[in-house]
Amino acid sequence: MENIPLDQLSRILLALALVGVAAVISRWQRLDLEKDILVASVRAFVQLVAIGYALTLIFAIDSPPAILLLLALMTLLAGHTAGKRGRGVPHSGRVALLSVGFGAAVTLGLLVLLGVFEFTAQQIIPIAGMVIGNSMNVCSLSMGRVRDEINSHAAQIEAALALGATSRQAGHPYLRVALHAGMTPIVDSTKTVGLIALPGAMTGMILAGASPLQAVQLQIIVMYMLIGAAAFTGLASVWLTYRRFFTPQHQLVLPAAPGQSS
Amino acid sequence: MTTPRFEVRDLSLELGGHPVLRNVEIAIQVSEIVCLLGPSGSGKSTLLRCLNRLIEPPAQSVFFDARDVTKMDVLALRRRVGMVFQQAALFPGTVADNVAFGPVLSSRDLSDGEIAELLDLADLSPDYAGRSVDQLSGGEAQRVSMARALANRPDTLLLDEPTSALDPAARRHVRETIIRLRQDLGLTVIWVTHNVEEAAEVADRVYLLVEGRIVDQGAPEHLLRPDSLHKTAEFAAGQLE
Repeated sequence: MENIPLDQLSRILLALALVGVAAVISRWQRLDLEKDILVASVRAFVQLVAIGYALTLIFAIDSPPAILLLLALMTLLAGHTAGKRGRGVPHSGRVALLSVGFGAAVTLGLLVLLGVFEFTAQQIIPIAGMVIGNSMNVCSLSMGRVRDEINSHAAQIEAALALGATSRQAGHPYLRVALHAGMTPIVDSTKTVGLIALPGAMTGMILAGASPLQAVQLQIIVMYMLIGAAAFTGLASVWLTYRRFFTPQHQLVLPAAPGQSS
Repeated sequence: MTTPRFEVRDLSLELGGHPVLRNVEIAIQVSEIVCLLGPSGSGKSTLLRCLNRLIEPPAQSVFFDARDVTKMDVLALRRRVGMVFQQAALFPGTVADNVAFGPVLSSRDLSDGEIAELLDLADLSPDYAGRSVDQLSGGEAQRVSMARALANRPDTLLLDEPTSALDPAARRHVRETIIRLRQDLGLTVIWVTHNVEEAAEVADRVYLLVEGRIVDQGAPEHLLRPDSLHKTAEFAAGQLE
């Protein structure tokens, strides 16, 4: 298997000098961040080198089952992370896993079916990384927002239910707010893309020697695909989260419900 | 004896592993005003929510017109049993939007005349219809929530401490409105309160709940006589809180 060339290793060590400077600043300003900086630098090195070798291995194998296995692992990890951020949502882990999985599967499935990308390790895995990472953020944002909206509007929701609204009718205004909150960051960053900073995929391609126009072409596809992934994941997570707060008999169930204690 | 509008038979309920209601038995006749009285945490709001299934009661424990509520269509039950809460909990928009909410759910639009009539039932003049709910006082908001509940033409109103967040004048006004509604529409009213004077003024009968049990029941004037041995007199004297 190929290794990181020695001259590249020396570049990494030179870049490490910047981390040293940051640690010195932290010490000087008593930020108490030296340890975190050290841990972060070591973790970044180990994790990225490990994923570098793992990808090299998987690119070498390049078989659909291996790709799917890696996608499943990435989704599990993303779902787990988003689930941890969704505290206060009953069964948040399952909700997050299903939402991220749904968003990623639909987006990647469409991209492959439409022929935008080929189902090869080299194309799908980096793309999946972006889609799944983005879905993870959308999912934790929307889950948290649904939880907050339901908690702060419990009185209105119960009033609507008492008037004969279904749980879906009673929750709808708040679900819209949550979906909006989940999708806004990616829509906003798509609006300003390229004006302030060049996005990662494009930067990478240019550094690797591709022409700016080739890089732009990929980046446009990436932005569009991330908007799609945000919509699919956002819808799934808002829908699944809200269902956790209602019974089939259209009853609101809060982890500690106001008005139900007396 | 006629069929009670609501009957609760041996209702025991746990929420989050804690017993909230224990062997509760109550019966409420058509067009009665009955107060559920009790200290906070006694289970009276939970009992009220079991009646329209905002909290699910066990089967065969709550009956509406002799029908087990858990066998009824829950949305239809709630349209026949209106509820007014401690907080008005109005939806953003105008007073008219709020009043029309229930009928719109069953695809029926209210005319301006119908909205004016509902506002009138709740003692509000018709020109409130176009006002934004942000501009209402606490008492006005609570009367809008009453008009909103009445828009479904319910037989029964459940009131969960509807006056406890209001000032004395607004509180009196809401009480008078409820008493008049019973007279004009023949509504059955089940009213949760911890205010003994309020119960004495409005109720035909009172049930006293303490720690999830009915410990006393009867006409308020009987239960509240100072020389009475009844628990309600003790509650009124502040000895049960």
